Parts: sequence; C-alpha cells; structure tokens
Amino acid sequence: MLLPIKWVKDYVEIDLEIKTLSDGLNLSGSHIESILEVDKGIKNVVVGEILKIEPHPDADKLVICQVNVGEEELQIVTAAKNVFVGAVVPVALVGAVLDEGFKIKKGKLRGVESFGMFCSLAEFGFNDSVIPTDVRDGIYIIKEEAKLGQDIREVLNINDYVLEIEITPNRPDCLSILGMAREIAATFDKKLTLPEIKINNEADKIEDYLTNIKIESANCNRYYTRVIKDVEVKNSPIWLQARLMEAGIRPINNIVDISNYVMLEYGQPLHAFDLDKIENKEIVVRQAKLDEKITTLDDKERQLDENDLIIADSNNPIAIAGVMGGLDTEVTENTKVVLLESANFNGKSIRLTSNKFALRSEASSRYEKDVDAKICKDAADRFCQLVEEVGAGTVIAGSKDIYENPAEETVIELRTEIVNKKLGVNLSKEEIIKYLVGLGLKVEEDKELLVTVPTIRQDLKIEVDLIEEIGRLYGFHNIKPQPLVGELTRGEKPKFRVIEDMSKEILVGLGLDEILTYSFISPKSYDLINAPEDSELRNYATLLNPLGQDYSVMRTTLISNVLEAISRNYNRKVEDVFFYEFGNIFKPTELPVINPPKEKRTLILGGYGNNLDFYKLKEVITILLNRIGIKNIEIERETNNTTFHPGRTAKLSINGEYIGVLGEIHPDVASNYNLKTRVYVAEIDYDIIIDNISLVKTYKELPKYPAMSRDLALVVDEEVMVGEIEAVIRKHGKKLLEDIKLFDVYTGDQIPDGKKSVAYSIRYRASDRTLTDEEVNKIQDKLIEDLKTILNAELRS
Amino acid sequence: MRDKLNQIMEDALNSLVDLTDLSELDDIRVKYLGKKGEITSVLREMGKLSEEERPFMGKFANEVRDKIEENITNLKTELEEKIKFEKLALETIDITMEDKELKLGHRHPLFQTIEELENLFISMGFSVVQGPEVETVANNFDALNSPKNHPARDLSDTFYFNTDLLLRTHTSPVQIRAMKELGAPLRIVSSGRTFRPDAVDDTHSPMFHQLEGLVVGKDINFANLMYTLNVFIKELFGDDIETRYRPHHFPFTEPSAEVDVSCLKCRGKGCSSCNNTGWDMELLGCGMVHPNVLRNCGIDPEEYSGFAFGMGIDRITMIKYGIPNIRLLFENDDRFLEQF
Repeated sequence: MLLPIKWVKDYVEIDLEIKTLSDGLNLSGSHIESILEVDKGIKNVVVGEILKIEPHPDADKLVICQVNVGEEELQIVTAAKNVFVGAVVPVALVGAVLDEGFKIKKGKLRGVESFGMFCSLAEFGFNDSVIPTDVRDGIYIIKEEAKLGQDIREVLNINDYVLEIEITPNRPDCLSILGMAREIAATFDKKLTLPEIKINNEADKIEDYLTNIKIESANCNRYYTRVIKDVEVKNSPIWLQARLMEAGIRPINNIVDISNYVMLEYGQPLHAFDLDKIENKEIVVRQAKLDEKITTLDDKERQLDENDLIIADSNNPIAIAGVMGGLDTEVTENTKVVLLESANFNGKSIRLTSNKFALRSEASSRYEKDVDAKICKDAADRFCQLVEEVGAGTVIAGSKDIYENPAEETVIELRTEIVNKKLGVNLSKEEIIKYLVGLGLKVEEDKELLVTVPTIRQDLKIEVDLIEEIGRLYGFHNIKPQPLVGELTRGEKPKFRVIEDMSKEILVGLGLDEILTYSFISPKSYDLINAPEDSELRNYATLLNPLGQDYSVMRTTLISNVLEAISRNYNRKVEDVFFYEFGNIFKPTELPVINPPKEKRTLILGGYGNNLDFYKLKEVITILLNRIGIKNIEIERETNNTTFHPGRTAKLSINGEYIGVLGEIHPDVASNYNLKTRVYVAEIDYDIIIDNISLVKTYKELPKYPAMSRDLALVVDEEVMVGEIEAVIRKHGKKLLEDIKLFDVYTGDQIPDGKKSVAYSIRYRASDRTLTDEEVNKIQDKLIEDLKTILNAELRS
Repeated sequence: MRDKLNQIMEDALNSLVDLTDLSELDDIRVKYLGKKGEITSVLREMGKLSEEERPFMGKFANEVRDKIEENITNLKTELEEKIKFEKLALETIDITMEDKELKLGHRHPLFQTIEELENLFISMGFSVVQGPEVETVANNFDALNSPKNHPARDLSDTFYFNTDLLLRTHTSPVQIRAMKELGAPLRIVSSGRTFRPDAVDDTHSPMFHQLEGLVVGKDINFANLMYTLNVFIKELFGDDIETRYRPHHFPFTEPSAEVDVSCLKCRGKGCSSCNNTGWDMELLGCGMVHPNVLRNCGIDPEEYSGFAFGMGIDRITMIKYGIPNIRLLFENDDRFLEQF
C-alpha cells in the first residue's frame, strides 16, 4: 500500500529523516518496498494567470499567452488547447525542473520567444491511472484559491515522500493511514492522535429517510448507515484530490472521493448509494438467489448465485456486498440524497465472490482480510464530517446500526519469563509493558501480565503473538545470536539419497548430463509415446485446476519428459546429448484419486548422437548397477513395448522382478517428437534398486597362479544371441572360467548367408594350482560339443 | 711392425670419420678388432720378433687396439644417441589436437546447489529427510496452522486433485511428517519440488524448489535461530555477508521473520541491482515454530520449542551462478547444462 507521509503526519508526529523512518519500519515488520518522492524534485513551478491570448503569426496550432506569475509578466507560447483568458495554471519558469529531471529553458517557438511552459498533472509525475479523467488531457486548470507566484507544490500539497509498503495478511489493520500511524507511533515511541470527529450541523432524522435494514445472512456482521441530503456532486477540493492521487486512487467526485479517503484513512470500505433509487428505502443484506442478476458500476451484467452476498432493496440486488456497487443506484451528478454504507462482511465470502467475478477492488481486498467491525461507526461519521467540511451536502442526524454480535476484546496472559526464554533476551517487565502499551494494548499486572487486545488487532490471540510484538519492537537485530546447545547430533542422509547421489556421480563420470523436468505432463504425451489404450501408464492422477493441459496430469513415466528435452535439443541443432534424471512417477491407488498416489523414484536415461547406441546405453546401465552392488541384473529381449523398437529393446529384471526397460525408441514415437535420428532411452525403477543394493565390498586374494587363454571362433545362425553362447561357455567353465571376451562379430565374405562368425577370447584360472593344457582342453572340447548340438555352431578353422 | 700398427690405427681412425651407419661401424670393429681382424693378424706375427722387442710391441699393439676400441665405442654411443634423438623427433605429435572420446557429464546447477546446502546443514548436525510431492490438505495447510480461509488455499494458489489432496505448495509439510514420525528433539533439513499455479515467466515457474529446515528441542530460542542461519549464510556466501532479520508473518511460525542478506553483487556497498540498499531481499523465511504446529504433531509446546526456516533454491541457484531467467533451469538445453 502507498503511505503518503504528509497524511500520516496528521496523526503522529514524525521528525525523522525518511531513511531513518523507512529503516525503522522495515525492522519493526512493515516491509518498505520503495520510497517514492512525490514532488520528484520539481522546482520553480508557480501559479500563474493567463491575461491575454493571441494567435501565433506563423503557426496555426500555437498561441502566444501573456501570464502573470505574481511579480512579473511573462510571454509563453503553447500548443495547449484548453487555455483561456483568466485561467489559473501551473507555470514552469525558465530554469524549472519537472518530473524525471526535465529542465525548462528559454526558447523560441516558430520565431516567437517563450519564457516557460504550462504544465499538466502528468508533468508532476502523477501516473495516468490516478489523474482525474477531466484534467487528464491538456493543461491543469487550478480552480482553487491560489496566490499568483505560489509554489505549485504547496498548492497541490505534493512536497513529501510516499512509502510503498508490503502489508502481511495478518495485519489488515495496517492497510490504513491510521493503522500505519499506530505502527509508527509504536516503533518510534511517538504519540498517536486520532482524528477528532465532529459534525456541526445535523438536520432531520434518519428514520425519515430509511424504512428498514435487515441482515439475513451470517456473512454480514454489521451494517451501519448514515444519510446525507442536499448533495451537490462535484469535484473534490484539490488537497483531497492530491492525497488520493498520492495514495494511488483516481479522484472521481466529492462523494466517491470522500468515501475513498475515509477507506484509506481507517481501512473501512464505504459505499454510497443514491437513496432515491432504492426501492421502498429498504436495505436487505442477504445471499443472492440463483438466477438473480445485477449490472455493476463497470456496466457489466453479473450472474449471481447463492454463494454471493448482496445488498438488496425490497426486491432487487443493488450491490455485490464488499465487491462492487450496482449501476442503478450509483451516485451521479443528479443525486440528491446519499445513503452511506459502512458495513462489515465475512472475509471468506467476499474473497470467493470477488474471485468468481475476477473483480478485485480496494474494498474487497480489505474485506477479504477481515476488517474490524468496530470501526464502521467511526469511519461513517468521519465521512459525514468531511462531507460537511467540503460542502458536499447536509448530514442527517442519527444512524442505523445493525450489529448483533459485537466483537469482544481478548485478554491474554503473558509470562515475562517465557518472553525472554523464547526470544533469547533479558527484558525487564517494565520494558515489556512499554512495548505493549505503545501498540495500544492495555496491560494489567497480576501474578503475570494480563494484556487486553483491542478488536482492531485480531491477529493477537495467544501468548506467542504478544512475544512476536515485543520481539519486533525490541528489534530482532538487537537480539544477540546464540549457538545451539545441548546434545551433539550427527547429520546424515537417508540410504536412498546416498545411493542416488552416488549414482549421479557415476552417471556424470560416464558423460551424462543431468536434466530437470516437470512432475506434471500433458495427457497427450501417452499418445505421443504410443502407449496402448489399456496401458497401465494411462492410469494417472489428474489435477483439478491445472495450468493448461500441458501440465495437467501427474507423470506415470519419465519417458515423455526425456523425449521432450531431447527433442528440444535436437531442434536447436545440438549434435548429441546423453541425459539422465532422477524423478518421481505417480501411481494412483485408485481412480479418480482419493488417496495419495504412490511416488516411485525413477531413473531415466536418454540421448542421441554418433556416440550412442543400444550397447553403449546397456554398458552405462551395467556399470552403474554393478558399481552400486547389483550384480545379478537379468537382461532379456523385449518385443511388446510399443514405445520402443521391437528388435532393439530389452527388459531388465532383478531376481525375476521387472525393474525397467532399455532400448531404441520406436521410429513412430521418435517422429512424434520430431526426431529424425535414432534415440535411446532407458527407464529404471530405483525403489527396487535401492532394495537390492549391497555396498559391502570384501577383499579377494590376488591370483597366485597363471591364467590360460583360449580363442574360440564359431559360425552360428544369425538369430543366435551371444548371450546364449556365453551361457554355454559359463556352464562348462564353472569356477575355472575367469573371463569371456567377445572380440569379433562378423558377417559377409566367407560366411554363408544367414550365418555370422563370433570370436571369443576365454580365460581360465584356478586359484590353487597352475592349470594344465589337458584340463583346459577338456573343458573346451565339452563346451564346443555343446555349442554344436544346442546352437548348431560350427568351429571356424 | 710398429709402422704397420701405426698404419692400422691411422686407417681405422680415418674410416671412422664421417661414419653414420651403425652397421658399418660394426663392420669396422670386425675388420680391425675381430678374431680375424687386422690387429690380430699383426699380433700373429709377434713370434717373429725378438724376446726383447716382444713385450714392447705387445704393449703397443694393445694400446692401438684400446685406442681403436675406445673410438669405436664412443662413436657407437654417439650414433645411438643420435638415432634415438631422431626417432623421438620423428614421433613428435601435434599437441594442440584433442581427442574428444572421454567426456564428463554435468550435474544440473540446481542439484549442485541443493547438495551444497544439504552438506552445509549435515555438517551442522542436521539430517536430510524427504517428503512426497503429492500432499494432503491436512499436512500442507491444516497442521501448519494455516487459517481455513487463507488465500493460499484457493484454487488460484494451489494445485488440487480433490478437496483433500494437492501438490505441496511448500516443503513445510515435511516438518509435520518429521515431527510426527521422529518426535522431539529433532534437527532436519528437507529439499524438493514445490508447486504453485504461477504462469511461467522470467522469475516464476509452476514447479520450483525449496529447502526447509527444522530444529526442535528444549529451550530453543530466536537467538539460536539467528546464530544457525548466520553461520549457514556466511558459509554459503562468504564471511563478509551480513544478515538482516525483518519481522514478517507466516501462519506456522511465531515470531516470524524474513532474512535479507548483503547484496551479493556489491557485497553490501550499494549498487543498481540492489537499488542502492545494499541488501538482497527475502532470501529466507524463518521463525519460531508456532505452538499450534507443535501441538498438531503431538509435541508439547510448554516442554519443547523450535525454529524453522525455508528458502527458494531456484533463486539461490540463479543468484549463485548468475542465471538471469528461471526458464533456463527447466529447459534442459545441453548448451546450458554443460556450463556447470
């Protein structure tokens, strides 16, 4: 919110530098977002009266004015259209400085000398959004009493700072000049003076104007009204306009301006109705009926329902309570009698309705934080006082007030010992009392302190709330930090994180880059990865309120995420990538979801490029899993996964339990992601991995006896997988087999069609003796025999 | 005979001049010093000499042999050195060339930050715990003392699956889980994904990351909170970085504060990126755990107290590495990832 310092000075004495004020407020909990200089360094702009206007001899669009600026008469050439003889206007003299440091120099416009410039409000740094619409275009015409030659900053009252403050949701009381005055008084130990409300001439009786007020909804806590007659709707005086503009609100007319003024001052939204437009002069506060409609002040028809709190007359809605008034009862130039509403509504109801219509007004944003119902009366009366002061109408005597359950003050017991214990300070009882009293709380000394909290501070409910108040007024920065004492604790990571971090290091060591993708994906992803209609992957949890379809369902696989990342890089012409990510997939236990879905830790690998193929991917996985102590991975051909190439895909399992898949992405899927290259992906269930790891390593004696090697070259049918050959070798080699190395696979010349040549180097070793040729030959003979019979292999000579 | 030997020596030494070939050298050795070499054949004629002459001539012949031998050996060493040198020279490679076969991968900068933060806290005796991304309204809001009508609960501020289930909007529900499971005393940190319906722009993303810390024990106070965070921030950003605790409001802590740190660009001197204030705003939120929160987790607030803190890791990562746009963290452009 915007806090004009000049305004707040009406209620609290401030004799501080702006920086001191701002720093102090920051440290007591009012976050100053910026310090605005209202006059923006404006200099040498004075009030002048136009005495004479003559056409410019050489330019149709320019006129030559003679202007009285008090002590002298100046000639000023202008293109402004709204100047007239007798107009009192702001004149920037030669040497003047305007908004953003713009300097005025003596000049010649089409040959005629000009000694200054007339100004509009925008030239003083006011934002277009707060300048009254009738003076937005053209020169600002001063309608007030002003001395010729007087500094314009005095006339407009713009010679102090404005603070932009972030108010936390627990402090709706601070969304007002008086609230901040209270904070400043408490922070700097100054005296707070509240406005003195006095209405001098009240006429008639309110009963003559209003028949009845009824509250029929629990969403309205209080409805306080006053009436003004003989209303003359016109522009507000300039001081009032300037204050509103400084606070970021555009002046409209005196009635609206005063209600806004009081809202800013007290934090209590007010609404003015044209009483003559209210049927039967009756007010009913109730929930809307289904199908009821209202046209609001912005000339839009709004469809209401039972969740909306409205103000109605005998029949029809006349306002959406706390959000926006109705067009029919709007205060206009023709309004003669005004009904002023100063009401208190339930914050949640206002919030829901304002959200529903996407209508956030100054009023609704205050109501939704729950305003203190006690201030309705003061605010309305202050409105009447100002109406009288600016001559906007005559205040009718009396008020109507429906207030059935008045808010009560809370009494909190406060233990001084606990204050010091929680903050880590050593404050005396007197100091504590001083801070609380400074905030306007009443303190009684019993065995402990009994603190009475005014209704305006609804955020203070229990002891710690008071401790916070004491802490922030004492200043957190004045608390001396103290190390934690007590038992030493050992910090550690859970096992799965240790494994995961270790796995990441291995993958990075193998050249993979880590990516980071969203947990929610588009349901269309499942079509893109070619998941069958009945695939389990399609059992996903769907968000009620996603940020668009692309982020609407919780992923049940990381494949689409990695393909998207790959695709983005491919389209950006990155030559090759090899990615990994550890992320959760979300498996619902029922659909639609009732219970939290199972979150399973999943590792995805994926990439493309010259250095990547099925075998490289497989090697990475094998190295990774071996390194974290998983030696028994089973790899079998997978032909049924529709996301993958049927001939280039394998499934992985441990002890028969499926843990994932690895292979080349099906060309159809690749093409769905605009990938015109071979893409390799593996997805592994890391929860199962974690259950199976063994990080224990035991030393095995280094070999004492020499190894014996044999080469083996075979010709087999092309369909035979090397894994089958190796299984036979292993079966016979048993304990003596130390290593099998496949060093050549060949098809082509000298090999019959449909066959391939496979060559191995096999190494044998015994741990307790030197092997003999005979021993090894015996094994070799047997396994060759088996290879011939089982796999139809032939020895290659 | 002496003349003969002198002649042999002269011939032999002459033949070594300009000689470059090792095998020729060997031939020369055989020719002069071999079993059938010239010196041997001269020596064979020793018998013809007189008794007196023989020892002198023998000595002289040996001298000649040694001289030739010495010269041959020296030349041989010289030649071998030369050949070795030439061979090495021939093997000279272009050391500016590179083989790009070996390649290290890269950790995502965000995870590097998370690990660094976690390790700092582990060294301070905190244990790492983790919680799920899909949370209950009870854990994410209710137990954290969030008022029933708090705007953060709105559909516009929280992703929901149904009225009870949501994507956690902060890592704070992990506090609830940890306190319920582990009880007091407790020192934990937890980091992870968090979600809010913010459209993607330079500084916002519907998914972002937080790190949360919690200490519960007897007599834990606000001064302890300040000490702990000060140590952490100085470890992370440097000893010259100051902290500023501004009172703030969070439903789950009371008192609550926001922590500003000295602007990391100008180290507190004041520059354009900190609006000349010298401060980087709102790096962390923190406070003393609200007694209602302790009570909701079965911990007696009269017996125990605690403090909690939370911070946005995406922002810290961006500050740390000078990343100007949060989108870069989620785009996974390899040219970005390879920089870290």
